[in-house]
Amino acid sequence: MQLILPRLAQMLFVLWVVATLLFCMFRLMPGDPTVAYIDSTFTEDQIQQLRKTFGLDRPLPEQYLIYLRNLLVGEFGDSFHHRRPVLEMLGSVLPNTIILTLSGLLVAYAFGTAVGAWLAWKRGTWVEAVTIPTVLTLRAAPEFWLGMVLLALFGFKLGWFPSGGANSPGALFPNEWSRIASQDFLWHLVLPAATLALYLQGLPLLLMRSNMLDVMGEDFITMARMKGLSSWSIVIRHGARNALLPVATAFALGFGASIGGNVVVETVFSWPGLGKLLVNSVAASDYPVAQGAFFIITVVLVSMNFVADLLYSVLDPRVSHGQRR
Amino acid sequence: MANAADLPLAAAPLRTWLGGMIRLLRAPLRDPFAAVGTLIYAAFFTIALFADFIAPHDPLEILFRLDGNLARSEPASWQHPLGTTNLGRDIFSQLVIGTRAALVVGLTAAVFVALIGTVVGLVSGYFGGWIDSLLMRLADVALGIPFLPFVILIAGVLGPRTSNVILAIALLLWPNTARVIRSQVLTVRERAFVEAARVTGASDARIMFVHVAPNILPLSFLYGSIAVGWAILTEASVAFLGFGPSDRVSWGYMLQDAYASQALSRGDYNWFVPPGLCIVLVVVAGFFISRGYEEILFPKLKD
Repeated sequence: MQLILPRLAQMLFVLWVVATLLFCMFRLMPGDPTVAYIDSTFTEDQIQQLRKTFGLDRPLPEQYLIYLRNLLVGEFGDSFHHRRPVLEMLGSVLPNTIILTLSGLLVAYAFGTAVGAWLAWKRGTWVEAVTIPTVLTLRAAPEFWLGMVLLALFGFKLGWFPSGGANSPGALFPNEWSRIASQDFLWHLVLPAATLALYLQGLPLLLMRSNMLDVMGEDFITMARMKGLSSWSIVIRHGARNALLPVATAFALGFGASIGGNVVVETVFSWPGLGKLLVNSVAASDYPVAQGAFFIITVVLVSMNFVADLLYSVLDPRVSHGQRR
Repeated sequence: MANAADLPLAAAPLRTWLGGMIRLLRAPLRDPFAAVGTLIYAAFFTIALFADFIAPHDPLEILFRLDGNLARSEPASWQHPLGTTNLGRDIFSQLVIGTRAALVVGLTAAVFVALIGTVVGLVSGYFGGWIDSLLMRLADVALGIPFLPFVILIAGVLGPRTSNVILAIALLLWPNTARVIRSQVLTVRERAFVEAARVTGASDARIMFVHVAPNILPLSFLYGSIAVGWAILTEASVAFLGFGPSDRVSWGYMLQDAYASQALSRGDYNWFVPPGLCIVLVVVAGFFISRGYEEILFPKLKD
């Protein structure tokens, strides 16, 4: 508990600052200060309703308090273009983004940790000399460009995978779960998830490799060798288990960061997710949606940083967070 | 206090800015990775400098064939080394001119990131106390803001200008630099030559910028060189998403143009592969340079 509270306080502080930034940003914009919530095409009734919800005729400090209270209960206003509550729109795209991110990350981390451990074993050989620069190069490639190349090759040229979207147009499903579990959805998922995985595999790979190199030099490995254990048993049971700790932390951090970074992949593959919603709404000056999407992305990022911190201290007993040993 | 031999930076204190600069410039000569990275940068820098002479056409000029027809989607030829776009623009010229946009954004943003990070790190580490806590909480906030969405929001709300992209990058990327510089300053400020300066009555500002700063210059440079790649990647992503300036040709602009003009379904690889490769090269160069410097600055990391 002692180690959770300060971190929790810090997380709430960051969220509060971001919320305040958003408040200021959309009220400092040129034009009518109500531009953040009210569009000229809204009906008179709608405008009255929104004025009341957001206290737009009140003084600014009061508006700010109302704004914070609304954020807490998830009231982001109505979309200018879709005439739907922003929260509802966010809810409908969130599953797509989470599934895309998780599948990309899982593939990247499974591949990365396995290859990273193997590379540590192959240290100093030609395998390492070829693989490390390749991995660095893949990490340097723009995510959206990797997606474009994959799309041109496997989507258009070979026609193995659909060229965009999360479901075939016109496909109907009784509910959200059957949509996500459908073969159609998985088929659409392959290319964007592969792009994400290609882009993300470098970090776990390099991390796992250097951790393995560190761990293999420690005393308990020497001990295991002296006990006469097989090299396979040493690598898997003693080496990898300990080298995996920082990778688990990186996974949580990676999840938070990818939710925001997904913006470009989702755009390339027209994937109806949070990032695409943000891009579309900013481009169309649909400010309530833009604010809502940005805030949700921030919430995911900040809470994943928090989870990573906790994981780090739970998994690694050496981290004591300032407590007495 | 830590033993002087354990300090990550090489043992002898750097007393002058000149000393710091010399150590910086020597680094690429010793490490093959850094040397390759520096060469790539130098090549792109030369291309950007002489772009007007290298590019055979104006990048946005609509070209026609001899028979008067629009030169649309031409394959690679002597006249058009990488072919033309669907609107008859020369791809090679765009690629060459685009080098400029990439380097301008990359270098400007990197200078800002390194500058803000260094000053914040110096002040934070040197003074400590509430100033340190305040600046480090600020760093936490900056790290808690999703990077690309923030750049998009800034470009969308303040207008799609290059300066706004640079502003957004500078606002969010400084904390990593600041944290590392801060921890370095914490050790440097305990050393004898700083103590000596204090005894002779040097002001805080003088100690920070004349005595401490040269010692952390290599670190600023290291983080600056990483930021170049990040900034170029970010600029390209933002331009691809359609929030870049529409009258300025950059690699991101080319990729956006190609994507929006269905170059992918037509298989115009000559259009969308080269700009991506150029981005990869520049970013990899940044990685290589930083890797090279790391091994020289922190010899412990070398296996």
